[in-house]
Amino acid sequence: MKKEYLKIDKVIGPLIEMSNVKDISFGEVVDIKSSDGAMKKGKVIKIDGDRVIIQVFESTSGLSTGNSSVTFTDEAFELSLSKDILGRVFDGLGRPADAGGELYTRKKYNINGRPINPVARKYPRDFIQTGISSIDALMTLIRGQKLPIFSGNGMTHNELAAQIVRQAKLGEGANEDFAIIFAAIGVKHDDADFFRKSFIESNAMDRVVMFINYADDPIAERINTPRCALTAAEYLAFEQDMQILVVMSDITSYCEALREVSSAKEEVPSRKGYPGYLYSDLASLYERAGMLKDKVGSITYLPILTMPNDDITHPIPDLTGYITEGQIVLGRELFQNNIYPPVNILPSLSRLMKDGIGEGYTRKDHPDLANQLFSCYSKVQEVRALAQIIGEDDLTETDKKYMKFGKAFEDNFISQGFEENRDIDETLDIGWEMLRILPKEELNRINPDMLDEYYYI
Amino acid sequence: MNKNGTITMINGPVIRGKNMANFKMREMVMVGKKKLIGEVIILDGDVGTIQVYEETEGLTLGEDVLSTGKPLSVKLGPGMMGNIFDGIQRPLLEIDKMNKDFIPEGIGLISLDQEKEWEVEFCVGEGDSLTQGQIFAYVKETELIRHKLLVPPGKSGVVISLKADGKYNIEEVLVVLKDDGKEQELRMYHEWPVRVPRPSKLRKEIEKLLITGQRVLDIFFPLAKGGTSAIPGGFGTGKTMTQHQLAKWSDADIIIYIGCGERGNEMTEVLEDFPKLIDPKSNRPLMERTILIANTSNMPVAAREASIYTGITMAEYYRDMGYHVAIMADSTSRWAEALREISGRLEEMPAEEGYPAYLPSRIAEFYERAGYVEALSGEEGSVTIIGAVSPAGGDFSEPVTENTKRFVNVFLALDKELAYSRHYPAINWLDSYSGYIKVLERWYEENLAEDAVKLRNKMLELLFKENKLQEIVMLVGEDVLPDDQRLILEIAKIIKIGFLQQNAYNKDDTFVPLEKQYRMLKIIDYLYERCRSSLALSIPISQIKSQKINDELIKMKYTVPNDDLSKIDEIKEMIDNYYTELEKQYLV
Ligand SMILES: Nc1ncnc2c1ncn2[C@@H]1O[C@H](COP(=O)(O)OP(=O)(O)OP(=O)(O)O)[C@@H](O)[C@H]1O
Ligand SMILES: [Mg+2]
Repeated sequence: MKKEYLKIDKVIGPLIEMSNVKDISFGEVVDIKSSDGAMKKGKVIKIDGDRVIIQVFESTSGLSTGNSSVTFTDEAFELSLSKDILGRVFDGLGRPADAGGELYTRKKYNINGRPINPVARKYPRDFIQTGISSIDALMTLIRGQKLPIFSGNGMTHNELAAQIVRQAKLGEGANEDFAIIFAAIGVKHDDADFFRKSFIESNAMDRVVMFINYADDPIAERINTPRCALTAAEYLAFEQDMQILVVMSDITSYCEALREVSSAKEEVPSRKGYPGYLYSDLASLYERAGMLKDKVGSITYLPILTMPNDDITHPIPDLTGYITEGQIVLGRELFQNNIYPPVNILPSLSRLMKDGIGEGYTRKDHPDLANQLFSCYSKVQEVRALAQIIGEDDLTETDKKYMKFGKAFEDNFISQGFEENRDIDETLDIGWEMLRILPKEELNRINPDMLDEYYYI
Repeated sequence: MNKNGTITMINGPVIRGKNMANFKMREMVMVGKKKLIGEVIILDGDVGTIQVYEETEGLTLGEDVLSTGKPLSVKLGPGMMGNIFDGIQRPLLEIDKMNKDFIPEGIGLISLDQEKEWEVEFCVGEGDSLTQGQIFAYVKETELIRHKLLVPPGKSGVVISLKADGKYNIEEVLVVLKDDGKEQELRMYHEWPVRVPRPSKLRKEIEKLLITGQRVLDIFFPLAKGGTSAIPGGFGTGKTMTQHQLAKWSDADIIIYIGCGERGNEMTEVLEDFPKLIDPKSNRPLMERTILIANTSNMPVAAREASIYTGITMAEYYRDMGYHVAIMADSTSRWAEALREISGRLEEMPAEEGYPAYLPSRIAEFYERAGYVEALSGEEGSVTIIGAVSPAGGDFSEPVTENTKRFVNVFLALDKELAYSRHYPAINWLDSYSGYIKVLERWYEENLAEDAVKLRNKMLELLFKENKLQEIVMLVGEDVLPDDQRLILEIAKIIKIGFLQQNAYNKDDTFVPLEKQYRMLKIIDYLYERCRSSLALSIPISQIKSQKINDELIKMKYTVPNDDLSKIDEIKEMIDNYYTELEKQYLV
C-alpha cells in the first residue's frame, strides 16, 4: 500500500529528512512531488525511529519543506527490461530518453542486483582480439573480464574505447548475440555525441543500449546510472544469452557524486574526502562482470576513469585497480608525443591473459614475447634516465640499442591508426621485429628454443 | 526459548533494536521476517546494536530481532575439507543449489552437511576416562585427511556408552560421557565461538621451515611453521599470486584460504584449478587438503569482518588434531576496512584515517592465534598465518600496514617497480625481512647444508652492495666503476634474473625443491669466487665476463631438471675449464 506524507523537515543537499513516518522499509523508493508539480525519485537510506533520511536522485532545488508530497512506494529501485531495450536510449535513471516511448514489459529488476555466487562463476579464458597491438599482446582482453582504462583529462581514452568497441570480436562468428551497453556518467554532451556517432558509423546502433547522465544532469542521479546499465547487462547476458560489452565513462564523476552524498550525510571521510566504503561500493559495480557456468552469455566490462592530476595513487584509480582484473593505463608523455593510443604499458596489466594466450589460444610465443617486451621496455626507461645524465653518446653499445628499441617500439608497435585493425599474428610479428633490434643475449625472458625459432627469420 | 527485540533503526549493515535487555553481547541473532543473520555488537540498557551479515534492503521498522542464545560460532566436524563457505560458514555450493547463480538474503543458518554419512572408527572404549581435547574416533574426511574427532575443550568424563564402528551422520550421538553425575553427549562435530581462540596444552618454539618451493622465500625470507607473515603491496604486485603459490606448494598439511573482500573470479580459479592439481607428496588433488572461505568484495561487508575469524577457528581445530595448517587471508586490509565501515556507522570516534582506535589490538589478536603447539590431545600441530595487506595508494605508511608490521615476523614487501618490469615474484629484497632466520639456522644445517644460512647472508649482502653501486651508475654510468665493483653488478644480475625471478606459470619453475635452490645459489657463488680469483690476477673484467657462462646460470632454472641436479656439476666443470684456461693465459 502506498503511503503519502506532506511534510519534509529538512532539505540538505541531495538528502531530505522527514519524521512521523511509519512502516517504512530500508532502501524503499519514494516519489516526491514538489510544489511546482515536478516528480522526483528518491530512496530511503536511513531509518531511525520515526525519522527517515531519503536520498533524492535528482536535484533538490525547488523542493520546499511545506508544499511537497512524498509517497513511499513499498518497492526497491527497479528497472523494466525486455529485449526491446536494444537500440534505445535511457536517461541516468533508466527512463526512456528517446522517441521510442515506454517499454512494454512486466519484467522488473532491482538495480542493485545480487552478488554472484563464486561457485557459479566460470573462470574467463576466451581471448578477445581488439586489433590494438599494445592491448592484444601485452594486456590481452578476455571475455568476461573487467578491465578499466585509466586516463587523464584530455587524453584519447574515448577514441580508444570507441576503437575497441568497433573492432573487438566479441561474438566470434555468431554475430547476432552480442550487444554493447554504454553508460555515460556526468559526461559532456560532446563526448556522448562522439560515442553515439561512432556507434552509428560502425553500424552498431541497433545493438547498443545507452544510459546517459550528462555533466549538467543531477549529480545524485549518477549513483544509479551504472547500476541501471549493469542490470540491463545482466539481463541480456544471463537471461538472453548474449555477449555484452559494457563501456562506462566516467567513473570519476560517479565517485565524486558518491562523495557529495556522503558528505551531506556527514559520514566520517576516508582518503581525500571519499567515503570509507568507496571500495565496497565500486566492487558492487565491477564484480557484476563475468561469466556463469550454466549460462552462455558474458559481461565484459570496460570502465573509463580520468585520474585526477594523472595520479594513479588517487583513491579512484587505486581502489579500482584493487578490484578489477588489471588496467590499461594511458600515459601523458606518450600522448604529448602524439602517440595513439598512448598506452603506457609498464603499469598496465591484464590478470586474466595468462589463461587465454599461448599455444592453442593465440600463438605459442605470445607469453614469452610479452614478458620480454615488458622487461626490455622497462630497461629502456632506465637507459633513458641515464642518458639524460651522461648524454646519449656515452652510453654503452648495448644501451644505445635499447634507446633505439624504445623509440621503434613506441613508433611502430604501440602507435597505430584509429582505423587500423591488426590481427594477433601481425601484432606478435611486429613485436619480434622490435626485439631483433636488441642483441640476442639480452633476451633472457624467452625460452631458448623459442628464441632460436623466432629471433632469426 | 526465543526472546524478541524490535527494530528501531536501520543504517545499512548496522541496525538497532529495543527490548533487548536479555540479549547477550556478541550473541548471534536473526533479524526481521527474512531472518537475516546478525551479531550483537553493543548492548546499552535495553537497546542493542547489531551488525547484519546479509543485505538489509527491504527490512522494516518494527520487525523482530530473535535471540539464538549463542555467540557467533562455527560447526567443527567432517565436511569442511574440500568445501567452500561464505564468511559465516554457509556452504556456497548448497546455496547455489537452492538459488542459482546469485546469492539471496535470508538463507538462514546452514553449515555442514547433516545428512551425509561418514565411516567412524573409534579409538576409545566403554569405561575409558576422556579428557578435553582428546581424540576419541577417526573419520576419513578425504583421501588425504584423516579427521580426528576431539572431545570439545571444556568437556571430559568417563565413557558410559558409545556406538559401534560404522556409518553415521554428524548429528548422531556417538559417545555419552559421565562427569560428576552429569551426562555429556559427543557428536561428530562441536561448535566453537569464532572470536575465542581454542586452548592448547602449550606453545612450543618455532623451529621448522615452512617449505614453499619459492626461492626468494625458502632461501632469503623463510616462513616458519607456526609463524606469522604479511605480504603488503599495491594493486597488481602479486599478493594473490604469492598466496596461491603457497596454497599450492607449501608443505603444510592443510590450507585454509580466505578470500576476504577480494575478487569472485580468484575463488573460482582456485575451485577450477585445485581439483586438477596433484600434490606431489600424496598424489592426490590439492583440493582434498584445502578449505575455501569466500566473502568476495560484493558480498555483505559485515560477513567480511567475520570471515577471518571463521577461517582461523577452523585452522586451530585441525591444528588440535595434530596437523600443520597454513592460513592465507587475502586481504586483511578489506577486513580492517569492514571494521572501519561498521565503526563509522556506529559513529565511533575515529583514530587514523577513519579506522577505529581498536584496529591495532584486533590485528594483534588475529596474528597471535598463529603458533606451534602441543595440543590438548597431545599431538603437535601448528597454525601459520600469511596475511595479504593492500595499502591505499601502495603506501606502506598507512595504518593497516604499519600495525601489521608490528605483529608479524616475516614481511614480504611487494614492489611496484619490480612488478612493472615483470620481475616476479616482485618481492623487494632490500625491504623484506624474515625474523625466523636465526631460529631456523639449526633446521637449515640439519636438513639442507652446513653453510646454507652463511651463503644466504653473503648473497644478500652482495645484493645490498649492488643497490648502492646502482645509485652511482645512475649518476655516472657503469664504465667508471673499478672491476671488482663491476663484477658485483654482473653477479647480482645473475642472482636477480637467474635466482630471484621465478615463473609461477612455468611447470618446472613454479615449485623448486630446496636442494636445487641451494645448489643454484651455490653455483652462482662459485662463479663469483672464481671470477674474484681471476680479478686478483689483474685480468680485466671484460675478459673475465663470459656471456655464455652467465647465460647458462640464468637459464639453469629451466635447463636443470628438478629431480636431476647433475647438470649443475656440468656447469661447474664448464666454469672451471673456462677460468683455468683464462688464468693460464695470464699466469705465464
Ligand atoms: N610469481 C609470479 N609469476 C608470474 N606472474 C606473476 C607472479 N606474481 C604476479 N604475477 C602477475 O601479476 C598479476 C597480478 O598479481 P596478483 O593478482 O597476485 O596481484 P595482487 O597483489 O593480488 O593485486 P590486488 O591487490 O589488486 O588483488 C598476475 O595476474 C600475474 O600476471
Ligand atoms: Mg589480489
